[in-house]
Amino acid sequence: MNLHQLSLTAMAEGLAARKFSSRELTQHYLDRIAQYDKQLNSYVTLTAHAALDAADVADTRRTKGEVGGLLAGIPIAQKDIFCTEGVRTACGSKMLDRFVAPYSATIIDKLHRDAGMVMLGKLNMDEFAMGSSNETSFYGPVKNPWDVTRVPGGSSGGSVAAVAAGLAPVATATDTGGSIRQPAAFTNLTGIKPTYGRVSRYGMIAFASSLDQAGVVARSTEDAALILQAMSGFDPLDSTSIERPVDDLVGGLGKSIKGLKIGLPKEYFADGMSAGVRSCVEAAIAQLKALGAVVSEISLPNAPLSVPTYYVVAPAEASSNLARMDGVRFGHRSQEARNLEELYKKSRGEGFGPEVQRRIMIGTYVLSHGYYDAYYLQAQKVRNLIYQDFKRAYEAVDVILAPTTTDVAFKFGDKSDDPVAMYLNDIYTIAANLAGIPAMSLPCGFSDGLPVGFQLMGNYFDEARLLNVAHQYQQATDFHNQSPKEFL
Amino acid sequence: MSLTPEQVQQVAHLARLELKPEKTTLYAQQLSNILAMVDQLTAVDTAGVMPMAHPLELTQRLRADVVSEPNRREAYQAHAPAVDAGLFLVPKVIE
Repeated sequence: MNLHQLSLTAMAEGLAARKFSSRELTQHYLDRIAQYDKQLNSYVTLTAHAALDAADVADTRRTKGEVGGLLAGIPIAQKDIFCTEGVRTACGSKMLDRFVAPYSATIIDKLHRDAGMVMLGKLNMDEFAMGSSNETSFYGPVKNPWDVTRVPGGSSGGSVAAVAAGLAPVATATDTGGSIRQPAAFTNLTGIKPTYGRVSRYGMIAFASSLDQAGVVARSTEDAALILQAMSGFDPLDSTSIERPVDDLVGGLGKSIKGLKIGLPKEYFADGMSAGVRSCVEAAIAQLKALGAVVSEISLPNAPLSVPTYYVVAPAEASSNLARMDGVRFGHRSQEARNLEELYKKSRGEGFGPEVQRRIMIGTYVLSHGYYDAYYLQAQKVRNLIYQDFKRAYEAVDVILAPTTTDVAFKFGDKSDDPVAMYLNDIYTIAANLAGIPAMSLPCGFSDGLPVGFQLMGNYFDEARLLNVAHQYQQATDFHNQSPKEFL
Repeated sequence: MSLTPEQVQQVAHLARLELKPEKTTLYAQQLSNILAMVDQLTAVDTAGVMPMAHPLELTQRLRADVVSEPNRREAYQAHAPAVDAGLFLVPKVIE
């Protein structure tokens, strides 16, 4: 078996048994990136030298008998939204094209400094994580390894393409409205967005602060659990971080799901999804029933309002967060400005791409005098209704199951001229962000040769249960083990 | 709610964004479509519903008022477009 087809646990065992070194493992991925990434454009920055140095450190420690953690010496790639000290952190934007982060995000420190993982590089993404197709990146679109004429999803398009094509064993990602789950579904990966506040946002470039949450995309639930465990936990540097112990996510895998109560929200199973997606998701439900789960229909009556609610709340927060990009302290500065106002306007006009500009303008508009109550305040009230729906649902069921996307990955250009059509991509994923609950997507089949995913949404801090359900499903199915033929 | 190109220019001014004049018509159309999609919220009865502040109903955590960050001005200014003697430079504000 090739190194890049090993699970993280098998990699750790191989390293421990000296079957291969961290340097060999790291070099294997660097070679694959050199061979394949021209086709995919998943990496925006490679940190090959630093990666090999970090691999040598891991190997030396192992030789000396210093016992590192399970993940020590295993490579990972980072979404380019996480600040990495001394390495360019561009967030898919011309605005930050030359921004070298002066500090590292907490999750970067946790995965590299603490867990000893090796960073291969930084991954492409939609500009400031605003997009569902990776077409808004300043660095060009990422291709879907399953069909390079199709999008990988977004905003974590680089993360999923790299992992699906075996150019990284696993990758970090972020999810504000579906940016982990939708791309995971489009590329046959397992992706989890934990409860809001479970993973530190310190050093993660902010898009919509009340919705943003970091997570992971991986080739299996077990891999995802290992990384999420290492990323999670209280961080005093993030004022919204939750002071609460992290459950044993890996140790929690392996429990029977007999009697597990799964709710199917009827609003998510109405018209809207393709026949191919429907049949795969229905097969997944049947599989979970066969494993002993008890399935019932539930209702989340306000869920259909998720997309309009999100497109008030998220742009409002984005317009505020992105105000810091003003050409003064960091980022792009226009060379054409004659006065301070022109400096702001031209730097931002030149530095931001069209989708970011649209969202800044929508956000500015809904927060402006005369419109605040009708848009922003009303959206925050509807958000409360959506949240109440989930609270009520979890009194009756343990887990909510839904499709992740309405259809398989679409072609480049299909939706890029129509923002509203693009936004409706996230119709099934956004509600989890608005409510702050954990949610994941995992593979459940193929439609015309393209991957289909389904979604599991859990109660607050119920990551361990979600992952166990997903793991039990993956023990009984083989979809997640399929890889794109062109990148074996 | 639909926006005219003039309104788009006004919003862009509030957001301190310079838009090329030839782009405002397209932006006006796209932003109007987004607002039309968002407008379905106005029909929702939210009488008596509190706006949601935080999903977990937490209160803001406080910390002791002590210095916790080292002074790293040089590192933070290393990537600034223009600095001099520890100050960020901008075009002249007062003539």
